[in-house]
Amino acid sequence: MRLLVKGGRVIDPANNIDEIADVLVIDGKIAAIGKELSPDGNEDIVDAEGKIVCPGFIDIHVHLRDPGYEYKEDIITGSKAAAVGGFTTVCCMPNTDPVVDEGIVAEYILRKSKEAGLVNVLPAGSITKNLEGEGLSEMAELAQAGCVGFSDDGKPVVKSDLMRHAMDYARMLDLPVLSHCEDLALSRNGLMHEGYYSTLYGLQGIPAAAEEIMIARDVRLASITRARLHVCHVSTEGSLRIIEQAKAAGISVTCEVTPHHLTLTDETVGDYDTDTKVNPPLRSERDVKALVDAVASGLVDCIATDHAPQNIESKDCEYANASFGISGLETAVAVIMDRLVHPGLLRITDMVRLFTVGPGRILGLDSGTLTPGSKADITIIDPDAKRRVDPSTFYSKGKNTPFKGMELCGWPWMTIREGRVIAREGRIV
Amino acid sequence: MSIYRRKDLLGLRDIEREEIEAILSTAVPMKDIITRDVKKVPTLKGKSVITLFYENSTRTRTSFDLAGRYLSADTPNLAVSTSSVQKGESLKDTIKTIEMMGPDVLVMRHPLSGAPHYVARNTSMHVINAGDGINEHPTQALLDMYSILERKGRLEGLKVAIVGDILHSRVARSNIFGLSKFGCELRVVGPSTLMPSNIEKLGVKVYTDLKEGIRGVDVINVLRIQRERQQSGLFPSIDEYQELYMVRTEHLSLAADDAIVLHPGPMNRGIEISTELAESSRCVVNEQVANGVAVRMAILYLMLGGGKDEIAG
Repeated sequence: MRLLVKGGRVIDPANNIDEIADVLVIDGKIAAIGKELSPDGNEDIVDAEGKIVCPGFIDIHVHLRDPGYEYKEDIITGSKAAAVGGFTTVCCMPNTDPVVDEGIVAEYILRKSKEAGLVNVLPAGSITKNLEGEGLSEMAELAQAGCVGFSDDGKPVVKSDLMRHAMDYARMLDLPVLSHCEDLALSRNGLMHEGYYSTLYGLQGIPAAAEEIMIARDVRLASITRARLHVCHVSTEGSLRIIEQAKAAGISVTCEVTPHHLTLTDETVGDYDTDTKVNPPLRSERDVKALVDAVASGLVDCIATDHAPQNIESKDCEYANASFGISGLETAVAVIMDRLVHPGLLRITDMVRLFTVGPGRILGLDSGTLTPGSKADITIIDPDAKRRVDPSTFYSKGKNTPFKGMELCGWPWMTIREGRVIAREGRIV
Repeated sequence: MSIYRRKDLLGLRDIEREEIEAILSTAVPMKDIITRDVKKVPTLKGKSVITLFYENSTRTRTSFDLAGRYLSADTPNLAVSTSSVQKGESLKDTIKTIEMMGPDVLVMRHPLSGAPHYVARNTSMHVINAGDGINEHPTQALLDMYSILERKGRLEGLKVAIVGDILHSRVARSNIFGLSKFGCELRVVGPSTLMPSNIEKLGVKVYTDLKEGIRGVDVINVLRIQRERQQSGLFPSIDEYQELYMVRTEHLSLAADDAIVLHPGPMNRGIEISTELAESSRCVVNEQVANGVAVRMAILYLMLGGGKDEIAG
């Protein structure tokens, strides 16, 4: 099996490559990168002229809802959504039913995703048993079963002593703790960011401090435990400042930002469109600017979707009764290309870093590069493709996106997993 | 002929001054009807106005009911409680069921902000918001404006203080949106825990001191304080609230000479307003109730496009 990707702009941040080149794949592995690699006649040729050829994109924060909530998403539909979205690896959160708090649940996810045969699905195990915040999950067993990190995502670990123990234990296993930072007493009953627009729209607010307080706590715990702390879905300027200080102090902390927090403000909630309801909420314009600056400057380590597919009934209702979450896998790349890269706010090389080696390092993966010998996971982007976001064409069961109807420029063109083309121009191959 | 051509009345945030003026001026002949001996005109004969209240209310619901009846519309009530929703039927299905029975107007109160907006998107009926969560209560604000206009002869340039729980008050929000379109100087007065974030950006001045807040104002609109706010820790006690924010007769000496006092009702006498003030001629709470019927008649009339001649009859 040989594949030659010809004439694209190859961007591989891990190896400082940004040049027009060919990529040769043999038996599912990267064989060579170079100018005018001559085919021997046996390979499939992909003409990538005018396209951007990158290592396969990694999304370290998705909800695949399987097992337990297959009416919202399952591992097959989620894998398809990831593949057409340009991702070759995703890390799925453990807030399923049953929760990923035992090895057998992680094994189920790994087995089913292998059967799907599309993207690499890596489970995160829960920090606490049944996400109850009371006692630690059997974290070593989860690690043994293939979990790549620990998270109670969807809710915080309220008890500080338990979070401390979780970090200590995770350090022993050399795995990161992926923390959902939220002070529940402050965010209680909140529906959107607290500020001018929550006052204007008459909706209960969630103050920025609800997130920042917990990040500050977790950073201090990371300092005393020396664990690898990863802060999920950072959404406020204040959070960035805390993380910046922690990094400067040498604390092992990384963070992610979502495409929606980088591009939409709280003003969007105006028509009570439940697709804008997400946790953490869409923040103020000032926060959005700060987040964009922080992804461009390198303070933020990766972009992650927090893909949270919902069934229609969970969103087609009153704003307060709607579930939180945005279905993000199939729009993430286009949103970042259209709103950040094309307007010149983010260099394309930085975008590729934030989608590849950035998230890969957080989870300690060896993917996210085009280093010869590594698995041939490749994402090819057509920077000029224009398409309107049409949720009815989503592979994801979750049609809940505030980007619906928007025309975006710059879409994933082809997704290759271990040398095999799995998606092309928005369709599974 | 009318300037009011909207399908729905969801709030005063996104409405034009001219539309408010159309409602307020149409309410004048409506008030005339309800002071007559025979309070019925045939204008909306054959139309029906259904009220759907997911929160307890006596005055607003009755007010809409009578407003419809005085115009000869049929006004059935649908009895629901939030628990029936929890039993399984979605709001969307409830609305569709009602719609298929054929009413022209749906008057709706709901504990969740934005619920009427959601309903309006999903039905061909005219939707009138009779209060949604902490968001808006447009007909209350319109009747407040009508009551001010009746006593003061104008809205333009008046100083209006709204006193109490601004954070949770849909009455405050609709009054702010409405009155700010008429060049009023708006003040909100209350403890800082009951002030919404960035409220000053709505063009109001914020006061935590009652005496300062009402100094020189033409209108004081006193809001009802709910005991549950104290229970959730937003102020220390009812006693302290009363000490700091109960509006009393003697406060009127700080306001403009002929200042009036409004209250959306029901009043907690001795908590947010003193009994003496509530019963004084400066307090227009009873006029508000009468004006509420007139304003709601005006809205129904404009919405359903009745002819002018028929009112005169």
